[in-house]
Amino acid sequence: MAPWTVSDQKIPQGRLALVSYLSVFFVILLLVGFWKLEVVQSDHFADLAQKNQIRTIPIIAPRGAMLDREGRVLVDSYPSFSILLLRDNLKQDAKSFGVIEEGLGITKEDLEDQIEQARSEPKFEPIIIKPVATEADIAFVESHRADLPMLDLMMVQRRRYPHGKMLANAVGYVGEVSQDDIDKYPDRFRPGDIIGKAGLEKEYDQQIEGTDGMRRMVVNSVGKVMRTMDDIDAIPGKPIQLTIDEDLQAVADADFANKEGALVAMDAHTGEVLAMVSRPTFDPNDFAVRISPKEWAQLNSDPETPLLNRAIQAQLAPGSVFKIVMATAMLESKAIPANYTVYCPGQATFYGRVFHCDHAHGEVDLHKGIVASCDVYFYNVGKLLGIDRIAYYATGLGLGQRTGIDLPGEETGLIPSEAWSERVNHHKWYPGSTISVSIGQGAVTATPVQLARMIAAVANGGTLIPPHLLKDATGLKYVSFPLSDDTVRQVTDGMWGVVNEPDGTTAESVKLQDIDFSGKTGTAQTESFELQNKLGHHIKENGWFVGIAPRRNPDIVVAALVQGAGWGSAVAPIVRDVVKAYYDKKAGHFQMPPPPQTAGATPVPPSATVVTPSRSLVASVRNGAQRP
Amino acid sequence: MKERPRIQDFDWTLLAIVAAISTIGILEIYSSTHASGMAGMQYKQLMWIGIGIVGMLLISRIDYHTLLDQAPVLYIFGIVSLLVVLVIGLSKLGAKRWIPLFGGFDLQVSEIMKLIIIIVLARYFSDVHTDRLTLQDLGKLALLTLVPVYLILKQPDLGTAMVLVPVALVGAFLAGIEWKHAAIGLLALVIMVPIAWSMRTHLHAYQQQRIETFLHPEQDQRGAGYQILQSEIAVGSGGFWGKGFGKGSQNQLGFVPVRYSDFILAALAEEQGFIGVCVVLLLYLGLILRLVDNAQKAKDKAGMYVVMGVTSILGFHVLVNSAMVIGYMPVTGIPLPLMSYGGSATAFVFLSLGLVMNVRMRRFVN
Repeated sequence: MAPWTVSDQKIPQGRLALVSYLSVFFVILLLVGFWKLEVVQSDHFADLAQKNQIRTIPIIAPRGAMLDREGRVLVDSYPSFSILLLRDNLKQDAKSFGVIEEGLGITKEDLEDQIEQARSEPKFEPIIIKPVATEADIAFVESHRADLPMLDLMMVQRRRYPHGKMLANAVGYVGEVSQDDIDKYPDRFRPGDIIGKAGLEKEYDQQIEGTDGMRRMVVNSVGKVMRTMDDIDAIPGKPIQLTIDEDLQAVADADFANKEGALVAMDAHTGEVLAMVSRPTFDPNDFAVRISPKEWAQLNSDPETPLLNRAIQAQLAPGSVFKIVMATAMLESKAIPANYTVYCPGQATFYGRVFHCDHAHGEVDLHKGIVASCDVYFYNVGKLLGIDRIAYYATGLGLGQRTGIDLPGEETGLIPSEAWSERVNHHKWYPGSTISVSIGQGAVTATPVQLARMIAAVANGGTLIPPHLLKDATGLKYVSFPLSDDTVRQVTDGMWGVVNEPDGTTAESVKLQDIDFSGKTGTAQTESFELQNKLGHHIKENGWFVGIAPRRNPDIVVAALVQGAGWGSAVAPIVRDVVKAYYDKKAGHFQMPPPPQTAGATPVPPSATVVTPSRSLVASVRNGAQRP
Repeated sequence: MKERPRIQDFDWTLLAIVAAISTIGILEIYSSTHASGMAGMQYKQLMWIGIGIVGMLLISRIDYHTLLDQAPVLYIFGIVSLLVVLVIGLSKLGAKRWIPLFGGFDLQVSEIMKLIIIIVLARYFSDVHTDRLTLQDLGKLALLTLVPVYLILKQPDLGTAMVLVPVALVGAFLAGIEWKHAAIGLLALVIMVPIAWSMRTHLHAYQQQRIETFLHPEQDQRGAGYQILQSEIAVGSGGFWGKGFGKGSQNQLGFVPVRYSDFILAALAEEQGFIGVCVVLLLYLGLILRLVDNAQKAKDKAGMYVVMGVTSILGFHVLVNSAMVIGYMPVTGIPLPLMSYGGSATAFVFLSLGLVMNVRMRRFVN
């Protein structure tokens, strides 16, 4: 026996027993711990286990279609396929990339770029290597199931705009939901959702978006799908019917061709928008797939602002169209006798400054003032009325405020007043400025839709109709600004003269047989005379024409603007064609005009986009596209 | 008095408990891995158990007094091995713990150190001829223990390093530590924890993270906290009766981390429920109590210390592993003896049981 074993050999039984008790205590403690998890909180953890293993992927609901007033499809959705690349064995699959690139017509750089970008994403999430598969692409994937198992197809719903650029600015476009929107409505949006970004797509997004369904799958801890469970089907979005008449729209579109400007045609009783044009424009189909950041940046800096809906966002000097407001103010306020006349020698001097007129009109009364659009007559009317009286009637007729049309981003235009001058310019209103305002120049600006509503209101006795594009729009507000019958008669007779009398500004060129077509031209300078003189050359003016038919209690009102048209009378034929088409349809003998050679082409290809036009872009249009 | 130790004197009750636990372990390893790329693991585990049993028989043949005589040699051998593994060891998962052996097997040296520390400390406590440990005795004890602890920490393997400590603590308690020393030790521990906490930057990043995660699991659900959370989900969703053999979604779909090894109790809790956990933990309690019983019946103090060394290591494993599975302890990589898959760990358990049998067989031998 070793020497170290000879000592006291009494085993410490008590202490050993203590160790036993301690063991029992610890096991009880552990069992209490398990009890808490497995019995007390078992429901909570069962729920978590369930969430762990079930992955839901949305089945995208197609967005509702947009139909015209006769049920013709303007916008719809179609199922399409995207081609996916599964990345489980990327290294091994790399040798097949050549075949894939050739088969799907994608470049090596593009494919490598996409794989590189997705490197940090979880491996089980496939990447989309071709967002829109052609029939040939689908056939390629299907026929290579066996030897190219890394390719797969995914069904998606895509927006289709069969008419391309036609009505694009009103319809808007769709795009991926922004992080801001997700933060704002976390219950409604998920990342990657396609939502309306502009125009009617945005305005009626909730009506047409539908409800996504979902596919539920059991996945393992690395996300591999083990089996699928029940599907919840998607509920397609409801279609909406618009007030647009595809035929009138086509006529207006064809007339505009490459011109820059806007047009609004409305049912003058209800405010239903029958046609809406804005040029230059874009093709919303370009946004339905994928738009690169580069393209976006490009569009952001496009001076032609194709995304701006000029029908509601271009705030420009209304020019002589504003004389209708002046005439109405003169007659309604009774500040000036109705038989007031002025001698027009071709120019007049006010407050020491010379103001021009187009011609020397000689003796001019109100009727002739409107028909021949005599500036000198209305300079005098304006001087006698004063800016605040003008502002009162202009505002009463709906200018300087939004019409409330069901489109996002409508602008207000501007009606200056003494109070406005003090608030904005911090000085008293110069009476001399009233002279410019009298012919729709100076600070006064208006949008095409405002002018259409204003003219309709003057012709129908003072009811401001609510412009809208949704056929079943509710809560429409008709605002009343009663005008006397006498006022209506005199002003509308003047507008009839513009179209139908020999000395009218359109010189009988747009007369329509059997149709009581009336209207008012406007030619708005985009620069002051002083600047033109300084530049030493003439800047082309913006041309306006607002037409109605019939002249009293009209059925249709059309406002058109052609920027750089040079003369309002050059715009009148467009309005005439739309009005004629309207009556031709009523009479049942409408015929589509032959497509002009330049149809479809736009001056600037839509290369990028902004969701809402920036202030500066709006301002540049408001100021009348100042070109050197 | 019998002249020779006989195999009939093995503790067959103890071995029956061991067999029961091992069987449950094998079944759960099968359930956890049969549907995966690791199918067939249970056979490897069976093989390890077989090797362990052979080792147990061999080690029971050598009189533990002989082993204790060689304690200084064994200790030096152990320390040198730990140094060697630090220099030329095999790196797996960022830690140097293995020495490559012939036939493609890798030996985890720290497992051998566990056996050695049992023998060394049993020898040390037997050498202390009194029932009262002096401060000097405690100092020597601390030195003997902390040198291998430090070397294992360097590997780094916090779990195994910690496992050595209870052998010293339980031994000191049995050898008759004075209350005031125990109190001072406890106090020192209370002071050390915050100091150690402030020194945690010296730990490896993964260890720091494990501690962070243990304290705030909810902050890191996809990273390290993921393991604890997934383990808790597995346990909790098992409910009272369990989801059934091979039917635990957390286990079968791989959400439970290393479900066949460190977290095998979570896999079992999910599939066999609270009832299954009760059975397993009561079996372990039986094992511990039976070991203590063997210690009580040891012929001499040396034998008692050997058995209690084994007891404290196995008990510590069970306690820390079970507590980790339910989120009461950080993840330290301490396996559940006899159930977790693992060659060195399983072999260690059987070799240490061989020591227990060794003591038991010789209680009547002179």
